[in-house]
Amino acid sequence: MSQDTNPDRRKFLTGAAAASAAAAMAPAAKAAEPQQPPRAPSALRPTMQIAAAETQPPAELPRVPGKPGSDFMVDVIKTLGIKYLPANCASSYRAIHESLINYGQNKMPEFLTCMHEESAVGMAHGYFKIAGRPLMTLCHGTVGLQHATMGIYNAWCDRVPVIIVGGNDLDAAHRPPGVPTFHAAQDINALVRDFTKWDDTPVSLQHFAQSFVRAYKIAMTPPYGPVMMSLDAGLQVEPVKDHGEALYIPRYVPTAPPQGDTGAVKEAAKLLAGAQNPLIVADRCARTANGVDLLVQLAELLGARVIDQGGRMNFPKTHHLNAPPTAVSGADVILGLELSDFWATVNSFTDNGENGGVGTNGTRIKPGTKLISVSSVELNTKANYQDFQRFQVIDVPMAGDAEATLPALIEAVKQAGPNKAAVDRRAEAARKARAEGMERARQAAAVGWDASPVSTARLCMETYAAVKHLDWSLVASEGNVSNWPNRLWPIEKHYQWLGRSGGYGVGYGAPASVGAALANRDLGRFSVSIQSDGDLMYAPGVLWTAAKHKIPLLAVMHNNRAYHQEVMHVQRLSNFRDRVANYGPDRGPVGTTIMNPDIEYHKLAESLGWWAKGPIKDPKELGPALREAVKVVQAGQPALLNVWTQPR
Amino acid sequence: MKMNVIPSAARNLLFAAGVLFASTALAAGSAEKGKAAFVQHGCWQCHGLVGQGGVTGPRLAHTALSVEALSAFVRNTRGAMPPYQKAILSEADIADIHAYLQSLPKPPDYKSIPLLKP
Repeated sequence: MSQDTNPDRRKFLTGAAAASAAAAMAPAAKAAEPQQPPRAPSALRPTMQIAAAETQPPAELPRVPGKPGSDFMVDVIKTLGIKYLPANCASSYRAIHESLINYGQNKMPEFLTCMHEESAVGMAHGYFKIAGRPLMTLCHGTVGLQHATMGIYNAWCDRVPVIIVGGNDLDAAHRPPGVPTFHAAQDINALVRDFTKWDDTPVSLQHFAQSFVRAYKIAMTPPYGPVMMSLDAGLQVEPVKDHGEALYIPRYVPTAPPQGDTGAVKEAAKLLAGAQNPLIVADRCARTANGVDLLVQLAELLGARVIDQGGRMNFPKTHHLNAPPTAVSGADVILGLELSDFWATVNSFTDNGENGGVGTNGTRIKPGTKLISVSSVELNTKANYQDFQRFQVIDVPMAGDAEATLPALIEAVKQAGPNKAAVDRRAEAARKARAEGMERARQAAAVGWDASPVSTARLCMETYAAVKHLDWSLVASEGNVSNWPNRLWPIEKHYQWLGRSGGYGVGYGAPASVGAALANRDLGRFSVSIQSDGDLMYAPGVLWTAAKHKIPLLAVMHNNRAYHQEVMHVQRLSNFRDRVANYGPDRGPVGTTIMNPDIEYHKLAESLGWWAKGPIKDPKELGPALREAVKVVQAGQPALLNVWTQPR
Repeated sequence: MKMNVIPSAARNLLFAAGVLFASTALAAGSAEKGKAAFVQHGCWQCHGLVGQGGVTGPRLAHTALSVEALSAFVRNTRGAMPPYQKAILSEADIADIHAYLQSLPKPPDYKSIPLLKP
């Protein structure tokens, strides 16, 4: 952009910088007059910019005439129906911030004040899993984006669309010195390019319009994923100009998701229909409620048991064909639907220190078992950050979206004609196996029922008892509670289980549950989360965001006072090396516990605007406290119970 | 999520070892000391503070294993559980831990717990 075509913005920025510099220099010049020998400073002198920023009022800036570019950006954003914008405020996007809340009237999207960029992305992550619609967030292009990265990585691994926009002042010759330069970079998107689907740096308003709609479209085409846009500060403040071509906003038309190849679908159907013991394994298969219905249809058509690995709620836990992971051992044909790890589905790994410390591997399936895969992730693999796990040979691999492929697969299986008598036999055997499995699970839950700290089984079942009469949604279950919700809760609806973080980045649970609760609030549902201690402490400020924006959520803490996975890891290594693990003054290896002092999460939550109670150590106190908390949440306030629990 | 259960090979070893050690039975331990040892040596980490078990380790409360079988398993496991050699866990500790596990109350029938009824 030439100086001639952009006099306003550049001049006012340089003018402001000069005014600031002059203001900062004036007292410095006065102090330089010779009076007495200068004393050695006890601390470094502030720079001129810092001195000015801290001591002088901001200089009056010239007004930019015409409609600001950031107003047009808001026009673009509004066409996409983005309801909320969780973000931590930052000067590099101040122009679009102002446009959003004033010109855009803070509606569609509504700005939600966040206290950490990772919280903002985590909220968008959880929101999508309920609403099925993406949110956008804004952040500083450098410091804010660095905070956001773990949340973005989780969204990437969990195949969740989030639109991240980072403010950045590209023009190194004219951007203000000091902080704005520290907070600028040539290519901020590079930081997250390895775990986003796409990124761009618009250099004109028309470029922004095309790229924002394109970013939304790419994020929302399976496999879903986060996208990144660098937003130049100069572009935000420039007035909309008529260059002879009127600005336009491209219409968003969703892209149909990719389906498995027709020939491969027929081959898969033939294998499944002819199998003695077909098995379905699903991880992130059901993107929508319809995906659950389709999977039930296919399973019943085949009399095939279904292992739901829990990336999403794929299959009703109450269905007689619902099966545990061990069911792979008897299968002769296995259909994997959007599996994040097909290798570990059919193989075992034991971290026992053998084979030079790398552990032992084994197969979990019969020789000759045929494997079929439908996965959209094959269409979008990155080289650096890898989440595709070990290589597994598949007999019929299909690069396509599983939910989109299911209707064709169901029709093809019908055409292939599975043996009705065999289907009925399998269904009957599955009913028996499930009943026996449930009996074992209930009996296992009874062990330690009255223990203090509270057993994870009791934690989960007391929680379920408190919400079961409501239209409940379990928005997060963090910190490993021995999988009790999936073992014993009658999870049947798509929104009753949302899966986990994706990238196993601790710190997902709290913001994602607040984001999901926001979506549930708008749908009139009751949100409940199992909130672990370590997860909450990554960025507890999100509790304030929930209180601030009146997002009702019941957070029941699984407070085992440790990063317990690491407790076990360090213990394991100590044993392998025949050393007594050093616990220091705590109840686990040094560096892995969260005790001495114990964090009073209930007080923390109270201070951030929540109703809270705890610490609850006696299991008999849990039920009454839960009933009290449920009433609070029904009245619209978030509530937290700090429960001391068993480790797993 | 890994399901850490005793693999069948280890289970066989355990029972074989139980027979092998039958003639050199360990002395009866102290449940009180065993409770402390159960925590001090990290057993609770996978099996729970009252041996209730979970996805990371099987239930040990009121175990049916003999102390000899328990010792054989603890020393020789090659499965998900890391082995404990004598340098870090004595035979006396194992006997105490076994006594503690035996002293725990028998788990109630789940049907007696209203929240666990179908």
